Amino acid sequence: MINFEYARAKDVADAVRQMAAGPGAKFIAGGTNLIDLMKGDVERPARLIDISRLPLKSVEETATGGLRIGALVPNADLAYHPLIEQRYPVLSSAILAGASQQLRNMASTGGNLLQRTRCHYFYDVATPCNKREPGSGCSAIDGHNRMHAILGTSEACIATHPSDMCVALAVLEAQVHVNGPAGERAIPFAEFHRLPGDTPQRDTNLQADEIVTAVELPAQGFAANYTYLKIRDRLSYAFALVSVAVGLQLDGDRIKEARFALGGVAHKPWRDPAAEAELRGQIPDAARFKRAADTLLRDAKGFEHNAFKIELARRAIVRALSQAARGTPQSQSDKKIR
Amino acid sequence: MARTSKTTRATAAPIPVPAKTPVTLVVNGVERKIDVAPWTTLLDALRDHLDLTGTKKGCDHGQCGACTVLLDGRRINSCLTLAVMKDGAHVTTIEGLAKNGALHPLQQAFIEHDAFQCGYCTPGQICSAAGLIAEGKARTDDEIRELMSGNLCRCGAYPNIVAAIRQAMGAMGGRS
Repeated sequence: MINFEYARAKDVADAVRQMAAGPGAKFIAGGTNLIDLMKGDVERPARLIDISRLPLKSVEETATGGLRIGALVPNADLAYHPLIEQRYPVLSSAILAGASQQLRNMASTGGNLLQRTRCHYFYDVATPCNKREPGSGCSAIDGHNRMHAILGTSEACIATHPSDMCVALAVLEAQVHVNGPAGERAIPFAEFHRLPGDTPQRDTNLQADEIVTAVELPAQGFAANYTYLKIRDRLSYAFALVSVAVGLQLDGDRIKEARFALGGVAHKPWRDPAAEAELRGQIPDAARFKRAADTLLRDAKGFEHNAFKIELARRAIVRALSQAARGTPQSQSDKKIR
Repeated sequence: MARTSKTTRATAAPIPVPAKTPVTLVVNGVERKIDVAPWTTLLDALRDHLDLTGTKKGCDHGQCGACTVLLDGRRINSCLTLAVMKDGAHVTTIEGLAKNGALHPLQQAFIEHDAFQCGYCTPGQICSAAGLIAEGKARTDDEIRELMSGNLCRCGAYPNIVAAIRQAMGAMGGRS
């Protein structure tokens, strides 16, 4: 790890001020991703601004029936929070599908959003990577790309966003509250993460001088009909090859509202309004789910080692929509997929 | 790791080595004061500054769990935590689990179930299991396995580790 300076932020305004004071600074909260990247020389901050003691650790009800989650609420606390378990079980399930309990105890809500890809080449500073070193090239496109994206890729980058939590937040249509020198603003979740395009070095639309302060959930939590189905190379503690978060609202035997998002397949959680619209007003049925999956995957493109993900995603979508419609969400401890 | 010229990046001017920062940790119930550089991990502080070498450095990347300790009662990977960030925290390591000369129920259960071979992962396994019991979320073997998945055992002692944890959990009435 390189040498760096360290300072603690006194409050959010102080954190913003310290970030604006000079280049090369990074915020640190849980540190689970940043310290790892610093050990690998991938991140080389000159200063770390410790925000871990800021008062952003509460989960509060909003006037509109939703919840406001402080950016420093640890992932484990959020997953086991009674209001999340009751009203937003897809979020609880997605969090528990990711990382290990030690990491979930450390990792923050805001940090989960901002974690970097786990592309092997991004981590290997001896290889070209446009995300780490813009303009150096992408080693993954013709390399070991089993873990990589099949949707929304560019010639510059085929990395995936690794979060499970964010896939559920996409379905829940959360808002990300941020603070910066220009004041506060809220970013709709769908606009928070970016596709790589020709600027893969930018994962999100958060500005370099901004800090995430909270994630707000709207009232609709899909608590009755949801699932988080994660397919990976080992049964626990591995990143998704494909994951699917689903929230359905049923009206009698018909689907009133359908939302589903995929993880492990793109540079951001992947939703497709056209695919969701196909399910609205319909009776849940595997053939219809497959057509919706076909719609979502219509532009999917595989690479040498990950083309299998297209069919895997199709089947995972059908299975996840079926689980949600039946009201039998995927268990994150009994790994049998039913 | 050597870096090719192709990927060498422009970096900020070298940072002068800052003065070491005084940090107070309550380790296994005893207040300890150390002076550390900002980049000293909690793991390195425990092993190299406090000579508590029971906590192991495995991967040093949060992937193996050998460095697991309890921080303010919660299990964490000490390799991914900076000591300066934890000033004032209570840390429990494997050295702090036995009380009054008697092994902790998990230590006793690991021996009774032969829950290790080489033993390198064991301090992390036991601290992690102590955290798991305190959390109170695991009831079945499936749940123990899932919530212990952050601790790898390259000798493959997993069935015996699960059995040991199940026994200790029963003996402790679900409390750490």
